[in-house]
Formats: sequence, C-alpha cells, structure tokens
Amino acid sequence: MVFKHDALIIGSGLAGLRAATELAGKVDVALFSKVYPTRSHSGAAQGGIAAALGNEEPDSWEWHMFDTVKGGDYLTDQNIAEILSKDAIRAVYELEHLGVPFNRTPEGKIAQRNFGGHTRDFGKAPVKRACYAADRSGRVMMDTLYFEAVKKGIKIYPEFSVMDLIVKDGRVAGLVAYELATGEVHAFRSRAVLIATGGYGKLFKVTSNAHANTGDGLYLAYKAGIALEDMEFVQFHPTGIQGLGVLISEAARGEGGILRNREGERFMERYAPTIKDLAPRDMVSRAIYTEIREGRGINGEDYVHLDLTHLGEKKLAEKLSDISSFVRIYLGLNPVTDLIPIQPTCHYMMGGIPANLHGQVTDAGNNPVPGLYAAGECSCLSLHGANRLGCNSLLDLVVFGRRAGMQMLDDLGRLPWTELPADAEKETTDLIKRLKENRNGERAAGIRRSLQELMMFDCGVFRTASGLEKALRGIKDLEARAANLRVDSTGTRYNTDLIETVELLHMLPLAEAIVASALSRTESRGAHWREDYPERNDETWLKHSLVSKENGRVSISFKPVTITRFEPKPRAY
Amino acid sequence: MQVRFKIYRFDPDLDQEPAYRSYSVSAMPEERILDCLNRIKWEQDGTLAYRMSCAHGVCGSDGMRINGVCALACQKLVRDYADSEEIMLEPLPFFQVRKDLIVDMDDFFARVDSMRPYFIAASPPPEKEYPQSVEAHKKQEDVIRCILCACCTGACPVMRENPDYVGPAALVWAYRYLYDSRDGQTGQRLERLNEPNSVWPCVNHFECTRVCPKEIPVTKSINEMKREIKKQIPESAK
Repeated sequence: MVFKHDALIIGSGLAGLRAATELAGKVDVALFSKVYPTRSHSGAAQGGIAAALGNEEPDSWEWHMFDTVKGGDYLTDQNIAEILSKDAIRAVYELEHLGVPFNRTPEGKIAQRNFGGHTRDFGKAPVKRACYAADRSGRVMMDTLYFEAVKKGIKIYPEFSVMDLIVKDGRVAGLVAYELATGEVHAFRSRAVLIATGGYGKLFKVTSNAHANTGDGLYLAYKAGIALEDMEFVQFHPTGIQGLGVLISEAARGEGGILRNREGERFMERYAPTIKDLAPRDMVSRAIYTEIREGRGINGEDYVHLDLTHLGEKKLAEKLSDISSFVRIYLGLNPVTDLIPIQPTCHYMMGGIPANLHGQVTDAGNNPVPGLYAAGECSCLSLHGANRLGCNSLLDLVVFGRRAGMQMLDDLGRLPWTELPADAEKETTDLIKRLKENRNGERAAGIRRSLQELMMFDCGVFRTASGLEKALRGIKDLEARAANLRVDSTGTRYNTDLIETVELLHMLPLAEAIVASALSRTESRGAHWREDYPERNDETWLKHSLVSKENGRVSISFKPVTITRFEPKPRAY
Repeated sequence: MQVRFKIYRFDPDLDQEPAYRSYSVSAMPEERILDCLNRIKWEQDGTLAYRMSCAHGVCGSDGMRINGVCALACQKLVRDYADSEEIMLEPLPFFQVRKDLIVDMDDFFARVDSMRPYFIAASPPPEKEYPQSVEAHKKQEDVIRCILCACCTGACPVMRENPDYVGPAALVWAYRYLYDSRDGQTGQRLERLNEPNSVWPCVNHFECTRVCPKEIPVTKSINEMKREIKKQIPESAK
C-alpha cells in the first residue's frame, strides 16, 4: 500500500519533534520512529542547554559564539555558530513557554550552571550558561515537545524503520518503511523529507549511545549519493562509567566535580590551567588517556576517578540525582562518599549529512537537493566543527530543527509531487527475502562486535595511519562476511532480529566513511587526534572533508570553512 | 557464572498459547539482565523479541516482569537475583502481548494523553521566562523523573479489576501539570481528575511506588491530588 503525506520526518527525537511542531496544522506532516517516540535518544541528554541568558552572571552571545568556534578547534562555520548563539536565547524562552521545567534561581529565573568550554570574556574564566532541569534536561525537553506534538495531532508512525529513501531525478519522491509490528513494507509518497535520526555511537564498543543509534538516516543519504561531511570527528565524552560507557554528565564537573589519577592528583590543572576540569571534552578525554598511558590510571588500569564527594548529599540529590542513581545501580557505589571509576565513552558525531543554515541537504556542488532536509546529530551544518561543546547539542536540535521546519514549509509552496517508481519497495523486500532465506550464513552479532572493537581500538581517541589502515582492511573483511548474513527469525511480528541485521548493513559503510576520512586528514584537530601528525595544520587542513562512495570506491573531497569574526588561534584553555 | 532464565514466549501468529522456554547464559554478577537477554538473542535464539534502547533506565523501553516484579531489564543486575535458581522473565501484566516480552503500548499512551499532559498557560508568554519560585519548581521534581516505562501500570492490582481505571502513570503526568505553578488549567484538570476512573479507584496498594524504577512517590502523589479535589471541589465524588 502507498501512503502519502506532504512532509515526512524520520526520527522523533528533539530535532524531528521541533521541526514537526513547526509544520503541524499547516501541511500534512507525519513522523517516523523506529522506537516509540518517547524512547528517542535526545532523552538521554543530561546536563542542559546553553544560552547566554545572563541569569546568574553577565554573559553575551558573542562569548558563546567564540566558545563554540574555539571549542570546535576553528573548523566551525562561524555564520552557523552566530545563528546558534544569538537564537539560543529565544529558543530557551520558547521551551520555557511550552512548560519545560527548568531549575530556578532564587529570583524565579531559569537557573544556569557551568559547563565545559563555556567561558566569559573570550576564554577568561568559566561562565554559568547551561540552563538545566536537574540532570534530565533532554528527557523533559523531549517529553514536552512530544506531548506538544500529541496536542497538535501530528500523525506518528511508531516502530517503523525507514529502509530506503526514494530520490528520483535528483529530487525526493518518498521513502520505504518496515512496520515492526506486522513485518509489512510500505511506500510513502512525499514532497519533503527531513532526516533527523540522531547519532551512531553504536559503531564503537564503549558508548553512551542507545542500541537504536545505528546511523540509519545517514546511511540512507550516503546510499542516495550524498557525500558525508567531517566524518572523522567523533567525540569521546570523558566521563563514562568504566566498562559500561553509561554517561556521567559533564554537569558533575560543572557543579564542581574533579578528575583524579591514581595519586589523587587533580591532573587537569596540568592540561588546562585556566579552566581545568571544565576544558572541552576532546582535551579532557585525551588527558585521561595520557594519564593512563603514563601509568597513572587507578591501580595502573585503564580508568581514572571522578570525585564528587565534596559536593555534599544535598547538591547531588537536587542537581545530579539521575547520575547518582546510575552510580548506585551499576557500580554499587555511593557518590556522596565514593570515587567514581570513569573512562572516555563514544558520545557524539560532529560529522554527518551536509546541510545549509536552512537545514537543506546539499550536494557536492553545495546546492540544495530539492525536498531533502537534515537536522540534529545526523546532520553536519559545520556548527560543532572538530569538537562539540556540551549543552550545544540540545540547542542545535531546537534551533536548527525549527529552521528546517520553517524552510520545509516555505519550500512546500513550490515543491511538486514526484511519481514513485512502481517497484519502490523492491530493493527492501528483496533484502528481507535474502536474509530470511539464507539458512547457512552468519549471525549479525559476531560481525557487529568485531566492528565495534575495531573502531574503538583503531579509530578512537588516538589514531595513526597504520591503525586506520588496519581498520579499513578489517571493515573490508567484515563486509565480505556480511554478504552472507542470516537471521534466525523468519516471522513477521516484531522481527527485531531482522531489523538489527539490516542495521549492521547500515553501520559498515558508515564505519568505512569515518576511517577513510580520518586517514585522509593528516593533522590533529579537535576530537581527531593523529599521533603521527600531532599538530593542527591550518595551512593545509582548515577545510571540511566530504566522503562519498561510487561504484564501491570511496573518495574524499573538501570544502572551505566560513570564517567571519574569529581568526584561528592556537587553542589553549 | 552460568545464569538460567525461563522466558515467556508467545507469537500470536504462530502459537496456540504462550509457553515458557529455558535458556542458560554465562554472565558476570554486575551485568544487566538486558545484557543476558541480548546474549540469548544474539548467540542462541534470534526469534526472542523484547524492546530496548538506552540500556540505562532513561528511555523506558524494557519494562517487563522479572521474577514476578515489574522492572526495567537494563536496571536490574544479575547479582540482584543471586538467590534465584532461575530468573523468570514475563511481559508486563495487564497489557496485551504482541510478541514474547513486547506488549501493546498504544492504549497506555492513550491513557496518559487523556490527562492532557501538556502546558496550557494562564497568560500570554512574557518577554523572558514565566517566573517560578524554587519551591514551586520543587513540587514537580519527583514526577518529572517519569520515563513512561509502564512498570507502575503493569504492577497496579486495580488495573486488573477495573480496566477503565486510567492508571498510575497517567496520574503522575496529571500531577506534573496540576502542580505546575505556570499552568492555567487547574480547575479543568481537577475536574478531569475527579471523574470516576481517574484518582478515585486507587486504594493504596502502593505497588506502583514499590516498582517505579525512577523512585517516584506515585501513591503519595495520587493521594495528594485526592485531597486537593476534596478541598477545591467540596461536592467531589468521595
């Protein structure tokens, strides 16, 4: 059966929801989620959303813009950072007006706290810029927008996995989705499609990301011929729970938490003398691994301690209650009295589907692809450059989710319907048939585990040419094995076995795109650290990478960085 | 160590009736029940179906009955069941089973939606934020932890006797907006709560409170709303 909507949004996290609420009531919009919408991973964001409200101390959008650019190691497109930091203030008040329960100052204003890389006066000292609701800021924002979508009566397709994007003659015609509850494959006609499918941390062994974060939307764009931008920039968050990768928010350090090595030393004083533990995430993660490599991990092992014991029971209960409960549940420790074992965890992808400041996906010539849009973590507006600052992600979602929605609305006045090919579902149904009929192949789990380990060890915080080349060869081997995948479950009802296997097929080419981009960039910038090229090289590398794949061959091209206000300078904190 | 599981299996398309199947996996005491489920599914039996996503008690996907008690599989560890010879996993009670541990959530979300869980302002928005005191914000602090996992509703004995009861999760969301000092619908919200199948069927079993993975004082919140109705609507139902 063929369904029809003016606009389709893939992904019901904060970016998708914000775009959808912009379109609701004006055009026929539908939202797809491969999980129930309230399970989306925006809900796992803990620390807050950045905006220079100045509620706690003087602040300005220019300082916020500067921090975003410097945090991104000058790869950030400055026109985008300017939009973000200016619009942040309106965006946060808008969320408050929708009922988001932000914590409050004694004067009844939105409370704000410190966060990594956010400073006053262009780097002089930390500034309180993060607006928050305890340590569940993402969840309350997402719930608020989800029920706003319910109130507006937006059509939602829950537990529908989008399997194919139909682009015909360079223009969007619709998509193909798999209904998990029934196993049916449906084609959807549409004039405008927004990809808002979030991150893909599941490419790595240790990650704060959800099982659902497999990069499906990114893969669909890549497969449709869109070159992916800045894929080498993968953020490792410094404080994941040892072994599990479960996130301990940067808010823990924003509220005064301190990192300590085996000697109990506050080692960040040596790496970032001005803002210490509140340095950006890439620097802190490298510092942790450097301590570990030099033998100062706890008991000489691969973790250090996060010390919150001086914050006191009250502050932990009021402002960091979720993370306190994670520490109790998963480690059996009490953050009031115990040190928390942490290690860096794969957290956020700076790269993604290239999009302009209106959320329009752009092709190799930097021209918009008619009817195709991207927002949120899967997109790359070159906002976060080589490293994203904490609290700029939730902000990105609501600022650029809204802008994408506005642009779609505007474009829908002109965008025509494109006829779907008669066999639009065929590629998807063939794939499902092949996987179900193969009785002698290999299960997905083993290949997925090998991929996650390979990415973690050879394409993680520290990279070298030889490690990346090894990773590329490894991915090739895994792709060969994946040609013979099988599923155990041949049923139609909730065949999660089948969907997880399809997701692995999405993950492999994305892993290759990341590694190929990382191999190409022979410098160290932000989260991309090459031990064989440990310096930033602006002369050659102050440019964005674009990776594409044609006829099985991966190639890399480049496009310039937009610099408006801040000339690149050495990055010290 | 080897851990033994007994898991409820039912595919309404293929099976006449539900059955329990046993599995054994090797797991560390500090591993999650969800890790064990994944190991079973990925290495032994891909036909097993359950929901999961964040794996750390934030998304609310993997509510199920573990040894008879509603809980999140990602929030319970193997060592929590050290005394059990076999860990029994079943779908949330009261809910209709779609496959194995996956239940129909549409009806659950419809109940929550019926409480109008969104902000309806008393006045047009000011230029900046609506002012709210620290104390007024505190009133919402417990209930905004809700992740809509449905453990409370699955555990509630009243749901089984009275399927029209809106259920504890919906009431948590009603509380969240009833006591939002910025909301302008207090009267209408109280009227809704005073309907026969809103707060009144609750008779203080406290099962919701006992199982809530986010430690929300659910029953206490429901009782507080009952008192509020009695105070504000003197001719109230009870």
